Amino acid sequence: MSERARGFVELDRLTKRFGPEVAVRELSLAVAPGEFVTLLGPSGCGKTTTLRCIAGLERPDGGEIRIDGTLVAAAASGLHLNPEERNIGMVFQSYAVWPHMTVFDNVAYGLRVRRTGRSETRRLTTRALELVGLGELAERYATRLSGGQRQRVALARAIVYQPQVVLFDEPLSNLDAKLREQMRVELIRLQREVGITSIYVTHDQAEALVMSDRVVVMDRGVIQQIGDARTIYARPANAFVANFIGVANLLAGRFLGRNGEGCEVEVPLGEGRQPLRLHAIGGAGAVPGQRVFLSVRPEDIALHLERPNRPAPANLIEGAVVDTVYLGASLDCRVSVGSHEVGVQLNHYAQLVPGQKVFLSFPPEHGLCLTE
Amino acid sequence: MTVVNAAGTVAAAGAAPYLEVRGLVKTFGADRAVDDISFTVPKGKFLTLLGPSGCGKTTTLMSIAGLHRLDAGDIRVGGTVFTSVADGLFLPPEKRDIGMVFQSYAIWPHMTVAENVAYPLAIRKLDRAEIDARVDEVLRLVGLAAMAGKLATQLSGGQQQRAALARAIVFRPRLLLFDEPLSNLDLKLREQMRVELKRIQREVGITSVYVTHDQAEALVMSDEIIVMSKGRIEQRGGPHDIYARPLNRYVSNFIGVANLLEGRVARVTAPGRGELEIRAGGERIQLPCRLGEGVAEGAAAVLSVRPENVQAAREHRSGPRLEGEVIETIFLGNCVDCRVRWGGFEWKVLAHPRAALRPGERVYLHLDPEHSLAVQP
Repeated sequence: MSERARGFVELDRLTKRFGPEVAVRELSLAVAPGEFVTLLGPSGCGKTTTLRCIAGLERPDGGEIRIDGTLVAAAASGLHLNPEERNIGMVFQSYAVWPHMTVFDNVAYGLRVRRTGRSETRRLTTRALELVGLGELAERYATRLSGGQRQRVALARAIVYQPQVVLFDEPLSNLDAKLREQMRVELIRLQREVGITSIYVTHDQAEALVMSDRVVVMDRGVIQQIGDARTIYARPANAFVANFIGVANLLAGRFLGRNGEGCEVEVPLGEGRQPLRLHAIGGAGAVPGQRVFLSVRPEDIALHLERPNRPAPANLIEGAVVDTVYLGASLDCRVSVGSHEVGVQLNHYAQLVPGQKVFLSFPPEHGLCLTE
Repeated sequence: MTVVNAAGTVAAAGAAPYLEVRGLVKTFGADRAVDDISFTVPKGKFLTLLGPSGCGKTTTLMSIAGLHRLDAGDIRVGGTVFTSVADGLFLPPEKRDIGMVFQSYAIWPHMTVAENVAYPLAIRKLDRAEIDARVDEVLRLVGLAAMAGKLATQLSGGQQQRAALARAIVFRPRLLLFDEPLSNLDLKLREQMRVELKRIQREVGITSVYVTHDQAEALVMSDEIIVMSKGRIEQRGGPHDIYARPLNRYVSNFIGVANLLEGRVARVTAPGRGELEIRAGGERIQLPCRLGEGVAEGAAAVLSVRPENVQAAREHRSGPRLEGEVIETIFLGNCVDCRVRWGGFEWKVLAHPRAALRPGERVYLHLDPEHSLAVQP
């Protein structure tokens, strides 16, 4: 980067190695004040290492980190501020809430260790507990709290020092599905109310989409795409992002050429079958003959029991039902199309039997041509 | 097709019962863990007992396995009496010929995968060639053929659970019992294993009873589901029956997500159709809906509508004018989870991403009467 991006938290060409392995490679990112940014990727993608470098728990091998303009780590000069000198709050997967203490004492603990005065400790702790909606439960013992309430205690403890940034390391992954969904919504509401700059690490794409102002998708130590949830979902930059965020059918094929606003892709179906010629969008920079993927989401495909005509849909594909999985709100159906298997999500109930002949279609604007 | 009566017991029409559980009662001190439960499962079918912890599902399963002594009732499998309290009969667990898969894989670490799987055949004293052939066959079925010679400790959690399944089916038991076998696996693997387990069960065709508290698991895997609460059956039916036609508030809330509002049946317009008056913090409205079983004119009832069956629009299209304010929109990728405030109630609505609703907007909610259900409180 020739010009340093301005941000409240700035990472400039951050690199971290473990032995011969490069965990994070020249990663640059600027997080705006009050912004909620999520680092998302599979295990080993470097997201947690990045977070630990910001926290001061790891020393970078290259690059610099600034918080509110102050340099907190610089590999070249060997500058490294300790975690407690960085004014950062942290929330971990294990709540680390002490069972033998009251809610109040759990939250006040950090202030007492720092020898904050009695009245100041009471004021700050009360404020943090009110912010997370636990004001009423201050005197309750931590053992008598629900999972969601413990999570709030952990958050109150992270914000009680009035840090400039809160770092979250997969805080919801130990909760069961219903509680996790509920806590996601509560955490965003809380973060918006408190307005604190937040960096959140998760491998759960649904969590990332729900919570973040911007999502940073990572793979093998490198940023694959940065954008808001809608952009990342609707216009993934490459096949990795398309497949990691939500579910995508990725059909390997060949770029045929441009066609007005859109493009055409040829998808081979295996021996003895005519290849499909599909209309899509995207494919910027692709040249005719280039290997590409056509990405189409299961929920964007229509399934017809009879061949639809008048008007014939743009991308009509014939296939046979492989199996179905009933999920209540939707029915997932796998359809074999030549040598491919295509997932289709129906939002109504239908009786489909394996082997049944069906027709699939999708409008060109829902097919995205991606280069590797 | 199953016919459910008010008590939740069933007559499965067209399929002879294979597993029969009648009048099961099991108490622990003063606590009636299982309180007069009856059900049957046809041969080769997959039945799930679903409910929160303490609902009696595991006690029921353990009673079938013979690990509990009953206080009342009887259990038969394919005509063989497992337990009959009235007749004083009790077949010991090892004589019941049942395969079991638990949450903890219970795989022996000092044996190879093949030795683990061969164990039930070895104690049944089958000859070597027969054992090898059967072990090969089931390991292929569960996708572990390449791991036969590996030590169990070298397997991942998902692979250990496949090995446990192979061991449970290798001796071709009369019945397979599952006790939350997937709850130790992470989410992606769990989703994959649900589909896989169901495929294997269908292939081997062994009658199965599966216990879980995870409603998504139950919907995906089961031929039939029994929803339990406090030792009793709340409802029995196919996954789609239970999801689309819950009998009461409890079932509707436990399976999937629903908007649930208290109301009263204002009138019955046709058999199974009527209008329900609902209220929430000063607002009130009368909505056309379907009437569930046991819901009559004038009776208190609960409106149950799934978020995917509510549409939010800026203009009023038709029907009752149910107007509210968007207070939250949560982008989920393939849809947007909207919260709309109406009186004191927060409606959950799944909207299309292209609708682009924003917090603060006024919207009209349109409910399809076919998918609005008045159920018992």
